[in-house]
Amino acid sequence: MTSSRRQFLGTAASTAFASALSLRGLDAFAAEDKIKVVGIYDLSGGLDIYGKPVVDALRFAAEEINQKGGLLGRQIDFIHYDAQSNMQLYAQFAQQAALKNKPAVVMAGITSASREVVRPVLDRYKTLYFYNNQYEGGVCDGNYFAAGVTPAQTVQKLVPHAIRKWGKKVYIVAADYNYGQIVSSWVKKYAAEAGGQTLAVEFFPLDVTNFGATISKIQAAKPDFVWSALVGGAHMSFYRQWKAANMAGKLPIASTTFAGGNEHIVLSPEECNGILICQNYLQELPGAANQDFVARFHKRYGADYPYITELAMGAYQGFMLWAEGVRRAQSIDRVKVIAALESGVVIDAPSGKVGIDPVTHHCTLDVHIAEVRDRKLNLVESFPQQPPADTAAVCDLRKNPNDAKQYTIKF
Amino acid sequence: MDLAAIFSIEVVGAIATLVLMSIGLAVVFGMMKIINLAHGEFMMLGGYVAILATNRFGVPIWLSMLVLAPLVTGLFGVLVERLLVRHLYGRMIDTMLATWGLSLALVGIATMVFGNTTVGISSPLPGFAIGRFQGSGYTLFVIAVAVAVLAGLWLLFRFTDLGLCARASMQNAAMAAALGANPGRIYTLTFGFGAALSGLGGAVLAPVSGVIPTIGASYIAKAFITVIGGGSAVITGNLAASGLFGAVSQAVTFATTPVFGEVALLVAAVLLIRLLPQGITGRFFKKSI
Repeated sequence: MTSSRRQFLGTAASTAFASALSLRGLDAFAAEDKIKVVGIYDLSGGLDIYGKPVVDALRFAAEEINQKGGLLGRQIDFIHYDAQSNMQLYAQFAQQAALKNKPAVVMAGITSASREVVRPVLDRYKTLYFYNNQYEGGVCDGNYFAAGVTPAQTVQKLVPHAIRKWGKKVYIVAADYNYGQIVSSWVKKYAAEAGGQTLAVEFFPLDVTNFGATISKIQAAKPDFVWSALVGGAHMSFYRQWKAANMAGKLPIASTTFAGGNEHIVLSPEECNGILICQNYLQELPGAANQDFVARFHKRYGADYPYITELAMGAYQGFMLWAEGVRRAQSIDRVKVIAALESGVVIDAPSGKVGIDPVTHHCTLDVHIAEVRDRKLNLVESFPQQPPADTAAVCDLRKNPNDAKQYTIKF
Repeated sequence: MDLAAIFSIEVVGAIATLVLMSIGLAVVFGMMKIINLAHGEFMMLGGYVAILATNRFGVPIWLSMLVLAPLVTGLFGVLVERLLVRHLYGRMIDTMLATWGLSLALVGIATMVFGNTTVGISSPLPGFAIGRFQGSGYTLFVIAVAVAVLAGLWLLFRFTDLGLCARASMQNAAMAAALGANPGRIYTLTFGFGAALSGLGGAVLAPVSGVIPTIGASYIAKAFITVIGGGSAVITGNLAASGLFGAVSQAVTFATTPVFGEVALLVAAVLLIRLLPQGITGRFFKKSI
């Protein structure tokens, strides 16, 4: 039978249309049953060193829950978007996720800049938002939960420790955006409280790679130690150039951002041995819970997985906290889950006990000071169950449950 | 006194960095009047060759930086010239479009092959001390390479046959062809040579800033500014413009922050072009190479 071109095109089009319809039908049917969780993180660009372990940890958490039968009997569908270290994409994907996926919760943002782009969007579309890594503190928003550490928990412990160990004069180098600016103020405050003195603060945009002049200026100022709040792949050059100028080992460095992007793995040991950090989680933490977690994580992603960063653990803990809230509320409805989370949810996480503070929507966590040595983080001192005191000073969600802004703490 | 010495070395280092960033572009633009918007990507390619050869294949770092990277990038430049640029001589806007498309393609290919993570190598040189100040030994190396490149180029242009033919083709291609030079071959070799210089620059600067597929974007602006500011003479113009911009930028960086250093460089460039629209060598050192 001869088929004309018109007939052929017609048949092909109708077949394609029909199959598209039927596929969509299947998809819509399956989606009814699943709980959607959206993650928006940077998997490429200068911030990908932070984003990749976080997405891996979230996927791991979702799979773990799914294997145990799901949440409220439903499977979790983890959808993630790559924001490519681009703020515009954060805004775009936040809106897309809220309107198209209609998820039960969105976990998004690495830098504080990206968080402040995403938070108003999710507030507007009434989608629950978890921000899971360390930041400068102060966000007071009824729709927002912070599972990461804030300066009152880490900086407040590391600054006096560094001053006691090395001396009173500190020189601060920081990334030039809201996080770097605010954390520098915190370091100055805690240094003054510990009897120390800040000689100077220098800010660097995230794409600066040339630190030669700064290294000379640091030497001229003669501090006792350097505090680094540098962030991202480009700022890693500071540590390389520091060693190239023979400063590594001569002048110690303390940082709460180092190691968050696996800097201790990417850089050579000579470039970063001796740096002191303070984090909620170290892969090297002792204790059965952590060792079991690391074993399970390595089973899923391979024993040669570079390192489970503090940000990855923050994401995992945030996910577990949210899941516990859902179980308590017996629903994924946003208002019910928020009420359940405010009733005092505490979980046993690999980093220790993690509990949500109902007044601030931030977490009480263990923090640990560690020293970087030969690509490992060796535990130096632990401080259990630190409350989010900095945010508590400015935020009371019991009194103002509709609050939705970031307060900068006055110094 | 010691601080002044370290400061001067840093300034000369900044000038040398600018020279290495822009000499490849200066050769291509100065000799052939071709605007090569893929210059940053040639540097990125040189950086990746150096880093991969050292980290994955165990080639000694000096060999991979100084020999392998320019060689590979130069061959790639010859390929690009044969396939792409050759057909667009005399059509400046079209070459801009074509090389820009090439740069996008190279960034995409590099992202697919290498991933979008910053890779780097440690500086292979120890630091040195002046008084109580430490300087980076690598800065001295960058200065040495820049001096060697400029000196080598000058010797090439001044004392070799190829250099003579290249300069002649640059001045008047038809006349040079009538006198027996082969402009087509000259252009291919010049473009390849310019690409090799870009690759060398990218490889030498890799330990300083690390390499990521998008790093070309941070190089191309400064390279263009230096080349346009320098004017038509390749070596003298490049040196003069790098000297001016590097000194201004580094001095302001020392006084304030790197951000203001960048701003100062751009302000200086704007002022220069306003006062000397043909670049420095449009007015001074007119007859130099």
